[in-house]
Amino acid sequence: MAERVYAKLVGARLRGQMSYRTSFVLQCVAQAVAQLTELVIILVLFSRISALGGFSVHEVVLMYAIAGTAFGIADMVAGQLDELPTYIRTGTFDVLLLRPLGTLAQMMASDLHLRKIGRVVGGVAALAYALSHNDIAWSPFTALLVVVAPISGAVIFAAIWVVANAVCFWVVDGQELANTVTYGSNAFTSYPTTVYGPWLRRFFAFVIPGAFVAYYPSLALLDRPDPLGGPALLGWISPLVAAAAAVVAGLVWRTAVRHYRGTGS
Amino acid sequence: MRAYARLALAGFRRYSTYRQAMVAGMATNVVFGLLRMAVLAVAVAPGPIVGYDIATVATYVWLGQGLMSVVVLYADKHLAERIRNGDVVVDLYRPWHLQRALFADDLGRTGYAVLVRLVPPVAFGALFFPFRWPDVSAVPLFVVSTLLAVTVSFGMRFMVNAITFWLLDNRGVHSLYTVTTWLLCGLSVPLTFFPDWAKPILWSTPFPAMLQAPIDVFLEHGSPWPILANQAFWAVTVFVAGHVLLGRAVHKVVVQGG
Repeated sequence: MAERVYAKLVGARLRGQMSYRTSFVLQCVAQAVAQLTELVIILVLFSRISALGGFSVHEVVLMYAIAGTAFGIADMVAGQLDELPTYIRTGTFDVLLLRPLGTLAQMMASDLHLRKIGRVVGGVAALAYALSHNDIAWSPFTALLVVVAPISGAVIFAAIWVVANAVCFWVVDGQELANTVTYGSNAFTSYPTTVYGPWLRRFFAFVIPGAFVAYYPSLALLDRPDPLGGPALLGWISPLVAAAAAVVAGLVWRTAVRHYRGTGS
Repeated sequence: MRAYARLALAGFRRYSTYRQAMVAGMATNVVFGLLRMAVLAVAVAPGPIVGYDIATVATYVWLGQGLMSVVVLYADKHLAERIRNGDVVVDLYRPWHLQRALFADDLGRTGYAVLVRLVPPVAFGALFFPFRWPDVSAVPLFVVSTLLAVTVSFGMRFMVNAITFWLLDNRGVHSLYTVTTWLLCGLSVPLTFFPDWAKPILWSTPFPAMLQAPIDVFLEHGSPWPILANQAFWAVTVFVAGHVLLGRAVHKVVVQGG
């Protein structure tokens, strides 16, 4: 029953987004270009250096590609949560509470950003390039990891999005701080974790499990030991980390909604 | 002229009311600065890249973090919204020139942004990182360069918004503009890191004039005069182009009764 409602909601939204066709196509293109812009930056940087944090250009592109694809998927599904402060301020959130459906699922379904598909396509293209230019130890396990890593990464990013934006239930103006964590973790995961100093690393790699989005899976794909001394196993447990992150995000969201009192407007 | 000065003052006041947003913005700015700083610092650790050593990189990053909010590197949607819902007709009726009025408002915003958006990240960078201060004689040139950067940015944003007169939904143009600006203005990576063949092409677009130009003047990379000339050229060009665009749009506007 509920599934049919969500399918209808999402379908209506998609038709709405397609109604201004030129704008929609341009937005898709802009998303793909945005994704590849980051690739250009990496390539420009590597035209002047030969290694970054102990990794070659192709290895860094691999990490960026996994992170970029994962972020694109998460942005498409959870990016709508950026609107939460507006929902709270204008009282629209109260309407969601009245309906016999989950608030989080409603928020996500309220405006699936189909144009973000451009970002995913750009990421997958970069991933294909990176895989063909790296010496991957191909086996059924690594092949599976190539598919699983971006999806686990997407779940981790989506969980980050949920937790960061749930803060807006307490701090009405918390949007920009939430952006620090969501878009900041995107920037963080696109480069090897070895690049960052201890404080940034502790926060973005482990408090927020950013290192499990692209860094550790890439090490497993490249069959390289972790320069930071972590066990090889870390490259394979991203799905478990993603599941744990999703549970934490769900709990935080529930607590936040229970705490919610409305703005009275 | 007095009216435009008043508008500038109003712009300054309007932005200074959002204090909490300002603090949050500062925190965000610093975190992103740290993330960018980490990558570039590791890149130049083995040795300077085309004249960028660690102090230059730090100055480039923190000045860029500050300037990006002063210059505004994405297209705001205020005018586009007013065009979409028709309110722009009221703006066009008023006894002012719409482009100049919005520019006055933007200069007011700039004044406020210099205080709360430029000074804190630069101070943060200067405190915690090796920093390259310019010679005193370069400071007035930097001020002029920053003003020209704001003018070019305003001119571009005005045009991107004005396209709404023709497209109605111009979110696509907005996103493309933002993406292009971030890559080509020199925010993500210093433009001098680009291959030598690409540099003349980059500098023949209006984008470097918005960010890399004032940074280069501050870092005293080469003579400031060609940089300022490039910026002045683009400031005039985009302003005139916007003026022409608005003129054509006004002829197109149909006020439907009601």
